[in-house]
Amino acid sequence: MSLKARINRIIKFSNVDGPGNRMAIFFQKCNFNCEYCHNPETIKSCIHCGKCVEFCKSGALEKVDGIIKWDKTKCCECDQCIKNCSIDSSPKTLEYSVEDVIEEIDKVKFFIKGITVSGGESSLSFEFITLLFKRVKELWPHLTCFVDTNGGVDFQLEIYKEFVEITDAFMLDVKAWDLKEHIELTGVSNENVIKNLIYLERIDKLFEVRTVVVKDILNNILTVENVSKIISNKYIRYKIIKYRPFGVRADKIEKLKSPSQEEQENLEKLANNLNVKSTLII
Amino acid sequence: MILETIKSQNITFEQKVVALARLAEGSIEVLNKSESLKKYIEDGIICDLFEGNAPYRPRYIVPDYEKFMEQGSKFLNIEKPTNLWEAVHALLILYKHVPSITTMPVYLGNIDYLLEPFIKDESEAYLAIKLFLKHVDSTITDSFCHANIGPRETKAGFLILKAMRELELPTPNLTIKYNDETTEKLATEAIQTALVTAKPSFANDKMFRDDFKGEYGIVSCYNGLKVGGGANTLVRVRLGGLSKLATSKEEFLEKTLPEVSKEMLEYIDERSKFIIEESGFYESSFLIKEGLLEKEKFTGLFGFVGLAECVNNLLGAEAQEDRFGYSEKANKLGLEIVEKMSAIVKGHKTQYAGEFFGNTHLLHSQVGIDTDRNESPGCRIPVGEEPEMFNHIIYSAPFHQYCPSGIGDIFVFDETFKSNPEAILDIIKGAFQNNMRFFSLYSNECDVIRVTGYLVKKSEMEKLDKGEQVLRDTTILGKGARDNAKALARKLRSE
Ligand code: SF4
Ligand code: SF4
Repeated sequence: MSLKARINRIIKFSNVDGPGNRMAIFFQKCNFNCEYCHNPETIKSCIHCGKCVEFCKSGALEKVDGIIKWDKTKCCECDQCIKNCSIDSSPKTLEYSVEDVIEEIDKVKFFIKGITVSGGESSLSFEFITLLFKRVKELWPHLTCFVDTNGGVDFQLEIYKEFVEITDAFMLDVKAWDLKEHIELTGVSNENVIKNLIYLERIDKLFEVRTVVVKDILNNILTVENVSKIISNKYIRYKIIKYRPFGVRADKIEKLKSPSQEEQENLEKLANNLNVKSTLII
Repeated sequence: MILETIKSQNITFEQKVVALARLAEGSIEVLNKSESLKKYIEDGIICDLFEGNAPYRPRYIVPDYEKFMEQGSKFLNIEKPTNLWEAVHALLILYKHVPSITTMPVYLGNIDYLLEPFIKDESEAYLAIKLFLKHVDSTITDSFCHANIGPRETKAGFLILKAMRELELPTPNLTIKYNDETTEKLATEAIQTALVTAKPSFANDKMFRDDFKGEYGIVSCYNGLKVGGGANTLVRVRLGGLSKLATSKEEFLEKTLPEVSKEMLEYIDERSKFIIEESGFYESSFLIKEGLLEKEKFTGLFGFVGLAECVNNLLGAEAQEDRFGYSEKANKLGLEIVEKMSAIVKGHKTQYAGEFFGNTHLLHSQVGIDTDRNESPGCRIPVGEEPEMFNHIIYSAPFHQYCPSGIGDIFVFDETFKSNPEAILDIIKGAFQNNMRFFSLYSNECDVIRVTGYLVKKSEMEKLDKGEQVLRDTTILGKGARDNAKALARKLRSE
């Protein structure tokens, strides 16, 4: 089966996407639209309108048969295309088959503990990823396969069964506990996120939970408190991340504020007091 | 010059004594130098790294400290140690009597293995080790002094790492010998330590052990040498400058390089000959008499710097993608040059290199000195031009097999690695799988940092900037390397 996926970027060495050194694969497209997204161009798929072509001074973009083609070798990474995209997307994505990705992993296999799929939202490409992970396990059984997800789809549905089974562990974002807040921040409900948090904890497939802390507009204490209560029984890491303005869309930046170090430390203390075994504030 | 040295206010008393000895040595000429050698030296193409005109001790000495711990020393009137304090005491005494080019010992032994048999109570052991390290730092005032640990895990090894994190001192330099036997726990502890205080570096134990048929020591910056032996001398060629004497890469490979190599080898022989036959070192030193050193385990080092500049010159490579470290063509030429040098060095049999090495000298990718401009260390990709980490390792590693007596790369990591040190271990494992020989790291937040091979404190360099005296001569070298070779502007590795 020649299943393909749009991939925004592959990072050969990443130290922040799970245990050890990992290859991180960023899939294009997301089902959330978070205000503070650092890579907003990974949210939507390109509609091949062609607007970006004229902004590319390096001749790296071309429209062929109605489809935008990006020539990586010519690109100077000026990101003018992204800044001028008609829908905040990016033409700089490539289509990969499972074997294409395997080829990339093959290059770094001695240097990594495993691979992590991320996004955009990786779980939207779950069929591709299931096949990819199967291949990885066949070829290099010692490499672990992690999924970084916003938890927006319900992993208990039958269609995700194989995907969840083949995945060694998940890293789940819990962006806000309060439903209204979550909808305001991401555009969608957090019902599935919380369900997944409980489910993944129960089946021992949760490596890490992440919460991005934004000052004032989010009830960070509520989120940290509730997440902590759920993950405190097991060795699950809670990463409490300070919001930073890098890469965030200009029109959103105004209302988003970073918490102080003290607020971060207080949240960590809260988690520790609720018996979370491992916490990290960054 | 003599009076100037005597009156100087920004060097210490010990630094004066050493400088005066150098001036005395420099006042006589006893070595035979050919006319063309003199010309190469004058033009700055060949350089003996200020070893002096009349060498009276080998440059690097790697005593068999294990043996010393077994037998003590008649000459020093030291009995075989029976407890930790005696062990530490004995070593500290012996160190004062191990000469080198800098006058201070460049090798302290596998200090974890040496101390492990005496470790009983951990808190007492920790105190002894801390005092030992502090003593070394304050009396061996030069960071070419190098201790080793590993590959096996020991209690002493952990205590040494812990003490080094706490002390944050540049001396002694430290390397962990790493192989499949090294536990994950010891290796990550070593990485955590390096992220605080820029040491230890990691040595690919399997590669070194194969090359040195067993026991070896990592000494000075990162030089692999035989335990119980060492190196009489190190002479180096500046390939960047040399490449300008050739009009094509063919001419360089067929004529320029072989010609200079011949002069180099003769000069290495000449210097070694003087040490061996004239200086009396091998007859009179108690280190030889008591069996801690054997003449036949000494060799000479054929060093080089500026491979990158050499290749870029020969190819006229301007754009980054055409340069050394990026283009296939440039890297291929780099390998050709190093292979050629390696073959020339191996092909030169001489009575002035020990039998242990089949009477040959060894190739050494030299880290450079403080006054170098436009000559990157050995085979390194120039600072400021480093490619992404994976490519960096893949491009650099193939050079490592040719330089048994020293080659290595340095990587700077950001603070996020402190919460995931396993990531660095994974990278080192990958690098070693790809036959990288030596891997150094530090974090951008360290006060102690690695300049080209040795360590300095940033805060000490700042003192020197203000014209104040500093204890260590290597601080002065570090300042030079920072100012002349951007040695502190290495690419920061994040993610
Ligand atoms: S970043 Fe975009 S605009 Fe810039 S060179 Fe690359 S494709 Fe062209
Ligand atoms: S990247 Fe944006 S601007 Fe370019 S073709 Fe796609 S949708 Fe249009």
